[in-house]
Amino acid sequence: MAENEQSTTNNQQRATNNQKQLKLSGLEPLVVTSDSNFINIGERTNVTGSRRFLRLIKEENYDEALEVARAQVEGGAQIIDVNMDEGMLDGVNAMTTFLNLIAAEPDIARVPVMIDSSKWEIIEAGLKVVQGKGVVNSISLKEGEEEFIHRAKQIKRYGAAVIVMAFDEDGQADSYERRIEICKRSYDVLVETVKFPPQDIIFDPNIFPVATGMEEHRQNAVDFFRATQWIRENLPHAHVSGGVSNVSFSFRGNNTVREAMNAAFLYHGIKHGMTMGIVNPEMLEVYDEIPKDLLEYVEDVLLDRRDDATERLLDFAETVKNNGKSDEKKVLEWRSGELQERITHSLVKGVLEFIEDDAEEARQSVEKPIEVIEVFLMNGMNVVGDLFGSGKMFLPQVVKSARVMKKAVAYLLPFIEAEKTDDSRSAGKILMATVKGDVHDIGKNIVSVVLSCNNYEIVDLGVMVPPEKIIQTAKDEQVDVIGLSGLITPSLDEMVYLAKELEKLGLSIPVMIGGATTSRAHTAVKIAPEYSKTVVHVNDASRAVNVAGSLINPKLKEDYGIALRAEYDKLREGFLNRSRQKNFLSIEQARANKLSLDWDEYTPSKPDFIGVKQVEIELEDLREYLDWTPFFRSWELHGKYPAILTDKVVGEQASKLFAEATDMLNRIIDEKWLTAKGILGIFPANQVDDDDIQLYDEDGAELNKFLTLRQQSQKTKGAPNIALADFIAPKDSGKQDYMGAFCVTTGFGVDEISDQYIKDLDDYNSIMIKALADRLAEAFAEYLHEKVRKDIWGYASDEKLTNAELIKESYKGIRPAPGYPACPDHLEKKVIWEVLDVENEIGVKLTEGIAMWPASSVSGYYFAHPKSRYFGLGKIKKDQVEDYAKRRNISIEEATKWLNPNIAD
Amino acid sequence: MKNIKEELKKRILVLDGAMGTMLQRHKFTEADFRGDRFKDFEHPLQGNNDLLSLTQPEAIAEVHAKYFEAGADIVETNTFSGTTIGMADYHLEDVVYELNYESAKIAKKVADEFTIKEPEKPRFVAGSIGPTNRTASMSPDVNDPGFRAITFDELRIAYKEQVEALVDGGVDILLVETVFDTLNAKAALFAIEEVKDERNIDVPIMVSGTITDASGRTLSGQTAEAFLVSISHIPLLSVGFNCALGADQLLPYVKRLSEQSSFYVSAHPNAGLPNHFGEYDQTAEEMQELVRTYLDENVVNIIGGCCGTTPEHIKLIADLAKEYEPRKVVVGC
Repeated sequence: MAENEQSTTNNQQRATNNQKQLKLSGLEPLVVTSDSNFINIGERTNVTGSRRFLRLIKEENYDEALEVARAQVEGGAQIIDVNMDEGMLDGVNAMTTFLNLIAAEPDIARVPVMIDSSKWEIIEAGLKVVQGKGVVNSISLKEGEEEFIHRAKQIKRYGAAVIVMAFDEDGQADSYERRIEICKRSYDVLVETVKFPPQDIIFDPNIFPVATGMEEHRQNAVDFFRATQWIRENLPHAHVSGGVSNVSFSFRGNNTVREAMNAAFLYHGIKHGMTMGIVNPEMLEVYDEIPKDLLEYVEDVLLDRRDDATERLLDFAETVKNNGKSDEKKVLEWRSGELQERITHSLVKGVLEFIEDDAEEARQSVEKPIEVIEVFLMNGMNVVGDLFGSGKMFLPQVVKSARVMKKAVAYLLPFIEAEKTDDSRSAGKILMATVKGDVHDIGKNIVSVVLSCNNYEIVDLGVMVPPEKIIQTAKDEQVDVIGLSGLITPSLDEMVYLAKELEKLGLSIPVMIGGATTSRAHTAVKIAPEYSKTVVHVNDASRAVNVAGSLINPKLKEDYGIALRAEYDKLREGFLNRSRQKNFLSIEQARANKLSLDWDEYTPSKPDFIGVKQVEIELEDLREYLDWTPFFRSWELHGKYPAILTDKVVGEQASKLFAEATDMLNRIIDEKWLTAKGILGIFPANQVDDDDIQLYDEDGAELNKFLTLRQQSQKTKGAPNIALADFIAPKDSGKQDYMGAFCVTTGFGVDEISDQYIKDLDDYNSIMIKALADRLAEAFAEYLHEKVRKDIWGYASDEKLTNAELIKESYKGIRPAPGYPACPDHLEKKVIWEVLDVENEIGVKLTEGIAMWPASSVSGYYFAHPKSRYFGLGKIKKDQVEDYAKRRNISIEEATKWLNPNIAD
Repeated sequence: MKNIKEELKKRILVLDGAMGTMLQRHKFTEADFRGDRFKDFEHPLQGNNDLLSLTQPEAIAEVHAKYFEAGADIVETNTFSGTTIGMADYHLEDVVYELNYESAKIAKKVADEFTIKEPEKPRFVAGSIGPTNRTASMSPDVNDPGFRAITFDELRIAYKEQVEALVDGGVDILLVETVFDTLNAKAALFAIEEVKDERNIDVPIMVSGTITDASGRTLSGQTAEAFLVSISHIPLLSVGFNCALGADQLLPYVKRLSEQSSFYVSAHPNAGLPNHFGEYDQTAEEMQELVRTYLDENVVNIIGGCCGTTPEHIKLIADLAKEYEPRKVVVGC
């Protein structure tokens, strides 16, 4: 009996405790329990704190603004703070629009929103559009008790938690006594009068700067800590938050000190009971890694331990401003740590220098050499995995960690072989391949590296792998997952084909799909229906680990497969419903609505050169034409160059990557690792039969024909259905027009260098060389296009554009490439190859799938008409495919195969 | 009047089954839907089931009576679409108040008759508040994700009118149900709180969400737990799930509510999944077996049926529920 009573009480106690937890929600719940870690509130979607975000909102560039939000959530923010308080903004409208858009992005909307404004109408607008339980930031007694009560009641009715500032009718609390007085009064009003749930109250007892030189600011941090502790002890269930970086405001410009001070403040804040805060993770050192001397000075200031604390820190701050010296000192310091610490440090920081020595030392300390991997190295990699998973490490760093890991493993391997122990336990075996006809493998290699750091055994079949080989290897090696990658559009059909084959053979291996042209929609609509087992699209390397885990884990895989299938079924239905609603014109109707340029008024510019010629250039001259933004994107760092270098989230990583890329670029150029080869041709040309472009030689004899494809979807009134041929004067206009074609490469030599790096177990640099070669090829294309405009053809000889303007494509005329949106038809590359005799002249080949080899190559056409522009073909209908097959003189089946991604269902 | 909270402490209460399924059996024509009152109305009215409360009140009363006979403790008013938003499709915004008021009256009258007959088993009426056909947190236009076809305030105003009429008509409980977008539900709850506040009354509130598919989420994307967190700011009588899934598929989500919630827990699943013709063919016996798991696992306080369930289904469920103890909860403060 007594026992029963006891257990009932316990249950009730547990349920009561459960009720008093702060619970928030986006699409997923966030429950703050007594053992929760500090809750990190993202601060980048705040117009008062981020100039970039303000600019994006002012320009109504909501797409990029959403990316800011997404990056924060991916970077580990558990709540995102959204603030639209700016004089020039319609705050109600901006808040409503942005939160509505967030609601449509499940990977952002999964976290709760903090609706941050000093204006009540903006807060209320925010509360009216979030389905989850968010947090209002903030209310206070500033405008009196009546207003405070009214707002709290409304917030409670809308269903949100609230941040209460330590502010009242007399102003902001700036002492310990005022802080606790205002917080106590606010709490009592909220809990007793409004019946606000106490666990939903979060106090912000004002974080003010220290070390300002003002006597009255000396206690700022201490008062905050004491007030925090008092609140936690005296105001049951209430929480404490604050904007952390404020405390180090006096040290703007000295990040070493700021980061240390923020970290130390947070450390003490959390110790005193702070549960959440607005923190910029880039402005935060790891408390344990703050050098002891700096920490002492910083804590002297924070805790107000000495009268001369500020002066001493200021003096010391001068010495760490240029921290070259202290780095050297640090190196020595970490080398004196414990063996595991050293190994972990090498892995986290990507330091190669000492790993073999440490691996040897570790080997001597264990019975079997395999234990070095299983214990020391895996412990270190687990730290890396956790940091990556929580957004504290970025991809380039992880790739470097993998390099260290591989080096250590390679060192240990002979010892392990000699021991001939059992197989080392791997998390699973994954086959990776770039599909037939495609040579692109940067993304695939990144995923392979990330997976192998997570203990997966990778069977990498390389590029251009035929489906038979993929299937045979999958069976022979008994892999757990097949990973397929591809960048060019025909690869999509290869993947569909492979899925069909797997189904036919009755295999049940799950398939992961990735690569730049792949998408969740394509996977759901085209691939998943062909294979009754699991197919999943993985859009970034960091997700690959979780996905692979879910695919392999015997406890998860079945449910995961079912959930995926359901998700894709739904997606497919939605997609099909949508595309069905789109109206199309017949190809005749589309041609009747073609783009009509005024040919009578236009005199084509006669080229200074007609015919075909090779172009040579020193790599050095391409440097200024490099567009770095896509380079960062290939490393999954998103943002525009050069702004990305100072971006608060990825800036540090981007700068490091940029420095290392520049180093390698210098070597490529100085040591002539690669050669640039290019060829171009300019020909008389006329549009014939609406959609084709007939090329002529100088004497007017017919050469090849370029076939272009025409948009077929119904346009808004007045808008034309464009084909590239529209930019060339029709034969019957009586005007002689011209067009060009080109192919450039910087890819010879890349594979050899890359292979050498792989042999040296240096995936980081093997990816780097490929990414740089791709950029150089693009730069070459940009350079050549300019040369064509200004000299070779000379239709824009007076043009003066900066590199930034080039990247923005502000020049006259275009250089579209087959395989891209304006002309998705890869077969056109064959025509270019014939016209320019590309393979014989410069050695660039076309693969079976009509990808260019070497991969770092660019080919395309030149159009000179000032009204020519880039556009997307969109979907086309069967009638155009049939017409095209006739023009190309191939079967409808073959035409369908090549144009498939663009054919409307 | 007995207090529903007292009853919930004693036993598992049974909610009724589908209204639509029962009305279909009458094969009402356009003329039947119009009745005398709307015979000259300029728009078609067939299919407006809520309107039958005004034009065929006996049929509605008969359905309620059948469910009470079968053993239901609570019936839902015939007002699932009874807001100005739902009635706009029929150009009947003007009759929204009357429709809810009369529906409540009809159900209450039948309930009182049964309570008098069996005072030890008092019967209750829940005012049914449906989701409307618009979503406040999703755009109907895939190309314009920021667009909303309805706002929180529009929903709040429409719900407030429905709530006032249901309360005036004498309902014992308000049931915000088939919630596929939590923001819609929050607007309904906001309206209810306003009415409670203005009239200084207390009405028990039930909320029942809908998990749309095997992803385990609401249509608007929330997990069961996030849904629970998002509506728990209001002191509810119960929280639960209904519709979209059969009893077997719904169980895991009901269990999560049961583990996490300090409110009473309800479930009214469909009679399985619809067949290719949109009909439900799970028999009463089959459903009874599935519901048995709910009771064995002790996860519900209120159990009933949604689409495709009939008095036969409810009878077998009620027979079964009698044999079990209700789920124990520590009711919220």
